[in-house]
Amino acid sequence: MFKDIIIGQYVPGNSPLHRIAPPFKIILIILYIVLLFIINKPFSYVIFTIYSAALIIISAVPLKMILKGIRPMLWILVLTAIMNLLMTPGEAVLSIPIFSWTLNITKEGIEAGCIMAVRLLYLIIGTSFLTLTTSPLQLTDGIEKLLKPLNKIKVPSHEIAMMMTIAIRFIPTLAEETDKIMKAQTARGADFETGNIIKRARAMMPLLVPLFVSAFRRADELATAMEARCYRGGTNRTKMTQSHMTLLDLKAGIIFAVAAAALILAEFWV
Amino acid sequence: MIKIDNVNYVYQQGMPFERQALFDINIEIPDGSLTALIGHTGSGKSTLIQHLNALIKPTSGKITIDDVNITDAKTDLKLIRRKVGLVFQYPEHQLFEETVYKDIAFGPKNIGLDENEIDERVRLSAEAVGLKEKYLDRSPFELSGGQKRRVAIAGVIAMNPKVLILDEPTAGLDPRGRDSILNLIKNLHEKNRDMIIIFVSHSMEDVAKTAEHVIVMNEGRIETEGSVSEVFTKCKLLRSIGLDVPQITLLADKLRAAGYDLPRHIYTVKYAAKAIKELMGGGGDV
Repeated sequence: MFKDIIIGQYVPGNSPLHRIAPPFKIILIILYIVLLFIINKPFSYVIFTIYSAALIIISAVPLKMILKGIRPMLWILVLTAIMNLLMTPGEAVLSIPIFSWTLNITKEGIEAGCIMAVRLLYLIIGTSFLTLTTSPLQLTDGIEKLLKPLNKIKVPSHEIAMMMTIAIRFIPTLAEETDKIMKAQTARGADFETGNIIKRARAMMPLLVPLFVSAFRRADELATAMEARCYRGGTNRTKMTQSHMTLLDLKAGIIFAVAAAALILAEFWV
Repeated sequence: MIKIDNVNYVYQQGMPFERQALFDINIEIPDGSLTALIGHTGSGKSTLIQHLNALIKPTSGKITIDDVNITDAKTDLKLIRRKVGLVFQYPEHQLFEETVYKDIAFGPKNIGLDENEIDERVRLSAEAVGLKEKYLDRSPFELSGGQKRRVAIAGVIAMNPKVLILDEPTAGLDPRGRDSILNLIKNLHEKNRDMIIIFVSHSMEDVAKTAEHVIVMNEGRIETEGSVSEVFTKCKLLRSIGLDVPQITLLADKLRAAGYDLPRHIYTVKYAAKAIKELMGGGGDV
């Protein structure tokens, strides 16, 4: 089950999307999400879908990888859609009487449900897209650069970026570890799959305790290894590879701006 | 007896990362055997042993243990796991209970034994791995690395398996810890004459010292198998797949190449010393 988590999994490649300067890419992805929440009309969503498809094709990330990332979120998606479907007041298309109360499925509800589901879907795709095409190292670099202005108000931008990278970096490691411990306890007759909620929660103990112990051990080892190499935070630290804005970034920015303008035009004037 | 018939295994079938880990594995391991499984990293050893207690099901092929087909979907998994004890790599990482006693009792409890029997098994298996009584009430987290490993191994032995599999049981231990784990394996073998013990190892010295039978894996296939002396005479083959022979075998080979008439199947220091002594006694000109 843990193999489905793709957050923090980088698919190496050399597509233009891989090469955009990380800070710029992060900004573009944020704008992509902002756009996603501005648009409301079905037609706009069609355009948005075309854009997203184009991104996926250009990036050469296998579609299966992206779909795999959606799977764990599927329940939240469905739940949100259903909640919106049932809770939005408006013109009823279907009324289901339940005792003294009527459940109205409204036209607005159907619309809101669909829109929310689609929005969430693209939200997941958009964000996982960032981690799929950006190596963790580049990602930190980007985050750090974006947070740098906040240094003036004493925000430790380097440390925050470092913590985030380490967290992202360790998701697959811990997932693997979980898998291993689960197997080991299964071999000792542990049962993680059957029983009621309380029984299952108790069955998690043999999994969680070793996992925590190992997470702390790893953290400790990593800290020692970093210190041994004289790591002391961001002050006066220089980068081995400096990322600069390139022609590619400019092109990407222009394409994005044009695409966004077209989308907003479609949304508000068509 | 373990019988592995034409087993193939493909990781992540149908996914972009699809990779075949095992190719046409055919092995028979008789009761009472002490077998070492050797091979380079990524040769499929770990995948193979996980098949043996049905943690992984083969993509094709059949595995039977004592005439029970464990690849059959209808076979009770709990029964298989009682029969086949699997000690993973770094087993001390799976300890979780407050006391050593409780941790060893975890397996027996899961298979539903009563208090008395659990108590008996815990004590017997602690003894079998050489853990003193006084450790039973301690927290497993305050023990040393080697002791933790013993606790973890005891936890598996307490399930009274017919087959005991250990994945790199000596990894990360100091020489003393190493020797004591190997002795433990040997003792278990001597005391339980029909138990099958399989251990995975990287160290040819360990294999030479401990095992009776050796299976060599390379890139998901069985490269060769046989008794320890048979396998270690295939020096060239072993080195060509990135494995070593024990250093003493190499030394004997070199001596033989230099013209000393030593026997071919030297793989322990003890035997080498004896052979060299005989040679010196016979020739007298060394």
